Amino acid sequence: MSGLDSLYQQLILEHSKTRSGGDLAKLPAAATGTPATGAPATGQSYTGQSYTGQSHQLNPICGDEITLRLSLGTAGGGQAVTEIHWDGDGCAISMASASILSEMAPGMSPVSLRHTIDHFRELMRSRGKLEADEELLQDAAALAGVAKYPARVKCAMLAWVAAEDALRQAEASQGVSRAL
Amino acid sequence: MTMVSTPAWGDAQVSALDDDEVRRIRNDFPVLEQEINGKPLVYLDSGATSQNPRSVLEAEQEFYEQRNSAVHRGAHHLAVEATDAFEDARATVARFVGVQDDELIWTANATAGLNLLAYSFSNASVGRADGEAGRFALKPGDEVLVTEMEHHANLIPWQELCRRTGASLRYIPLDDAGALRLEEAARLMSARTRILAFTHTSNVLGNVNPVGVLVALAREVGALVVLDACQSAPHLPLDFKALDVDFAVFSGHKMLGPTGIGAVYGRSELLNAMPPFLTGGSMITTVTMEEAQYLPAPQRFEAGTQPISQAVALAAAANYLSETGMHRIALREAELGQRLVTGLSAIEGVRVLGPGPGEERTGLAAFDVAGVHAHDVGQYLDELGIAVRVGHHCAQPLHRRLGLSASTRASTYLYTTFEEVDLLVEAVAQIRPYFGVTAGATS
Repeated sequence: MSGLDSLYQQLILEHSKTRSGGDLAKLPAAATGTPATGAPATGQSYTGQSYTGQSHQLNPICGDEITLRLSLGTAGGGQAVTEIHWDGDGCAISMASASILSEMAPGMSPVSLRHTIDHFRELMRSRGKLEADEELLQDAAALAGVAKYPARVKCAMLAWVAAEDALRQAEASQGVSRAL
Repeated sequence: MTMVSTPAWGDAQVSALDDDEVRRIRNDFPVLEQEINGKPLVYLDSGATSQNPRSVLEAEQEFYEQRNSAVHRGAHHLAVEATDAFEDARATVARFVGVQDDELIWTANATAGLNLLAYSFSNASVGRADGEAGRFALKPGDEVLVTEMEHHANLIPWQELCRRTGASLRYIPLDDAGALRLEEAARLMSARTRILAFTHTSNVLGNVNPVGVLVALAREVGALVVLDACQSAPHLPLDFKALDVDFAVFSGHKMLGPTGIGAVYGRSELLNAMPPFLTGGSMITTVTMEEAQYLPAPQRFEAGTQPISQAVALAAAANYLSETGMHRIALREAELGQRLVTGLSAIEGVRVLGPGPGEERTGLAAFDVAGVHAHDVGQYLDELGIAVRVGHHCAQPLHRRLGLSASTRASTYLYTTFEEVDLLVEAVAQIRPYFGVTAGATS
């Protein structure tokens, strides 16, 4: 596989076009305290209220941009991401990365999502020296080729940084809500 | 063949550089000899930064090896040699753009030059307007006029100047093809217009703006004219006196010179009336604990140790360009620009920004590939060893006007071959199929 083909794998090109979660309007911004919606990924059902966080990220170098919302609900005994929706404009890498993340994050606990984001960031910054943990990263392992193109790492990270920030916002609004 | 005509050199009876000459020129540029991803480098990013011929690299090295010293101070032998080299360089570069030696101020680059002007005018507006400097003072009700196609460097310094002084920023809008709407320029120009700042040739569109028409409009209302020559000084024969502008700026690294040096041209009587911007050593006559008196231009604007070796190297670059012949370079680049726009426009889903085939254009072309983001276009080309610029090229308002957030730009220079342009065009034709974009898709 040529360098370019390992960067633009078929899976990535498909995600860059289908853009899972690329429908921000489906998840209203001011969702603090609203009932959980969306189909749980792991079969459990969400109970209680959900809390939504939003993040806008811009890469000033290339103009890639994303607005991402993430909602957090209660599933089983703990917390889990219920949905991710976003709007964005950018290259195939940034759009595919957002699409993949939107598919894999629902059902993850905040701890697990952070762990996954941390590994992905480490992988992206490794200049190709780290192997992807395919079990952890699932489809996102296809983005491993980006690590060899330092100029594109920010493209791949854009949605993940937004999700990390949105998760923080969702937890904060949950904390505020509990405190009231 | 398409004419590239400017008033300064429209009557020149010269021919474009031919392929053999370009091949010889290429041998002077060591960086062009390398391979990228196993393929010969095709460098089509000279609009961002140009490459350096050996004579420029050697001039800088020779200065450091033989004459390195501070200038305009010290009486020792090296100091005299360095000062001579520094001032000879100024004379060479001044002659290159048709101005007197004392009308050329060294700056770090064109951006620094535009900021120098804006901050000097700013100082004139806030209590440093003693004597003749009052003519540069701006106040609420005054206007600064720019265009919608400006590089951020010729926009933001004026935005900030207006914010500091209360003056208003206006801009000459573009038509859908990206050309200046001159009827709007005439309408916007009024007694309130104090400064008209515009680019000679756009770094995105590749057009050549009608300097004479705009200068005439400015003269009618007494506005000062600032020309951004960053993209024209490297590529067109220039004579700022003949163009009749009050100020002009350009950068060394876009015209075969090193980074870290550029220049401001200003009419002598204006420069000597303007308040200084950066102050400190080397720009004064008498200093007391209370105040200072300043040297005339250019030293008035050259505080601190200057980019000396860079000036020497930039003069070597100007000599290289002059010896090759700026008319001949411009004609060659016009041919390259036409080949670019003709080839790229013929590809389905590719939209070239700015003048169409057959219309006056410099040697660059920015384009949009429908359904493929500019960064992906650039990545695809890089794999083939083709270096282009992607993004908004520091011209966000222009891209917004054209309905885009980014584009891909191929920019040529005197060392670019027709084969390289053809390689680019062939590669771009493969991009939509590679990314699986179907006919009719839009970005």
